[in-house]
Amino acid sequence: MSLTRQDVEKVSLLARLSLSDEELTVMTSQLGDIVGYVDQLAELETEGVEPMAHAVDVFNVFRDDVVRPSLPRDEALAGAPRDDGECFLVPAVLGD
Amino acid sequence: MDNAGIVNATATELLEWLGSGECTSVEVTQAYLDRIAEHDGQIGSFLSLRNDAALEQAAEIDKRRKNGEPLGSLAGVPVAVKDLLCTRGELTTCASKMLSGFRPPYDATVVEKLQAADAVLIGKTNLDEFAMGGSTENSALQVTRNPWDTARAPGGSSGGAAACVAASMAPLSVGTDTGGSIRQPAGLCGVTGMKPTYGRVSRFGLVAFASSLDQIGPLAHTAEDAARLLEVLAGHDPRDATSLERAVPSYSQQIGKPLEGLRIGIVPEQFDSGVAQDVTSAVREAVRVYESLGAKVSEIALPHSKYSVATYYVISSCEASSNLARYDGVHYGYRSESSDPTRDTTGDEGDNALVSMYRRTRAEGLGSEVKRRIMLGTYALSAGYYDAYYLKALKVRRLIRNDFDKAFEHVDVIAGPITAATAFRLGEKVDDPLAMYLVDLFTVSANLSGICGLSVPCGFDRDDLPIGLQLQAPPLEEERLLRAAHMFQMATDWHQRRPSP
Repeated sequence: MSLTRQDVEKVSLLARLSLSDEELTVMTSQLGDIVGYVDQLAELETEGVEPMAHAVDVFNVFRDDVVRPSLPRDEALAGAPRDDGECFLVPAVLGD
Repeated sequence: MDNAGIVNATATELLEWLGSGECTSVEVTQAYLDRIAEHDGQIGSFLSLRNDAALEQAAEIDKRRKNGEPLGSLAGVPVAVKDLLCTRGELTTCASKMLSGFRPPYDATVVEKLQAADAVLIGKTNLDEFAMGGSTENSALQVTRNPWDTARAPGGSSGGAAACVAASMAPLSVGTDTGGSIRQPAGLCGVTGMKPTYGRVSRFGLVAFASSLDQIGPLAHTAEDAARLLEVLAGHDPRDATSLERAVPSYSQQIGKPLEGLRIGIVPEQFDSGVAQDVTSAVREAVRVYESLGAKVSEIALPHSKYSVATYYVISSCEASSNLARYDGVHYGYRSESSDPTRDTTGDEGDNALVSMYRRTRAEGLGSEVKRRIMLGTYALSAGYYDAYYLKALKVRRLIRNDFDKAFEHVDVIAGPITAATAFRLGEKVDDPLAMYLVDLFTVSANLSGICGLSVPCGFDRDDLPIGLQLQAPPLEEERLLRAAHMFQMATDWHQRRPSP
């Protein structure tokens, strides 16, 4: 199963990455190779096999529903590229 | 005690000398800082150093020791930490442009534990960007060279952590292992490195790459030193919901007890023509050493191991695509200031300003390997492909774990090469991502199955490059693993060799 340039463009939007023309070409080829390699997993019969997402079985690890101090606002904003002292500032979501 | 004596010592020896007053923590710390100043220019293992802070800490420990106050188990011993672990208020770059000025507002749990043990943190070490890589060549910040041959890679992703110990610039270091990133560079640099059982060490404050695979672990010259460090790092942490509520054995107290009737399993495919001749000979010889110590060797099968690299790359890339979504130029780290639409060919039309900022920030802040894995993971999780790739890989993961469970019914540890070849040249594999992925061939299955594994030096090849022996044991059998490694190090002296200064 090889990837087309369009497939890779669509994935780049999902991944929130811009790719230059050249990167798109290289990425299409490299991802194609890698996907081709991982396609070998299809050889294996896995009917009835329980997927393993965790290496060790631990379930429902909760803490008590008690309020605890959390990161103070000024520390949370300390690394912000843009903020107004209260919130993180970002470019417009709606409109231009 | 002169500087050379100090930097060539093991952590265990340093602890003895510090305890008996033969040297002070300030002397030890200064000796290592001097060694770094004189030598790291050639190696490039450190991204940042804590010169003054480290000496202050050392002086404080000396004072407390003089006053007879209680001290932590690593009191006065310098430790280097991979720059993927958060150190409060200090640079934590993950070797990425995305975080090149980032100072976290909290310490990782393991950093807090090291401080509580009175270890002296001397600096942060270089890595492949966001831990993605097998050679440290993916670092966006600098190159790290193998101390045994500076034209070669130290391995990765914990290349800096392995190189600094190998080159006597730190007696102990803390690395991380998601697909082999402690064990492989340890093997290629001639030091001892261990990946504990998943959940043995808290991941709180570890910058996440693949959350079901990541583990933190020790690198040192000896299994005994690794045991002392692991004792400090390990333990349950309520801040990491995947950490295990199991008591931590006193690994260093138990380590001297040899294992009677140790049953060792070897996998025949790990000794075939795909592995360099010198590596095969050294590992076979190591197995013979164990036999001479009373171990029984048998062949075992891990039938699904040939699928382990593919399984690993699907799962880790999927998890990485999710974990790295947070690097968006909003909360911390790099944000793109460019508003040049001609740079982009993907998107733009229809992208609102925010999405545009996300895409450009990530394009500019992340390196090519990181992007490649994010893209692979995003693809494999996307509608229509999730079942065929991610879900399929999780099922194969179960089969890989079942192979180990069956094997461990008959053997106590599995022995084999850590890598198929010794250290490769810098630049040799950078243009071939798949070839780079295959350096993890023997290490990824331990991460997939959650078991513990380590690498110890077991010889040198015809070019005088280190060869590593991998030992693997069932979940939570770190004590068995360390005792087995120690047995080998009492019968051999490969681990005592250091590269020429």
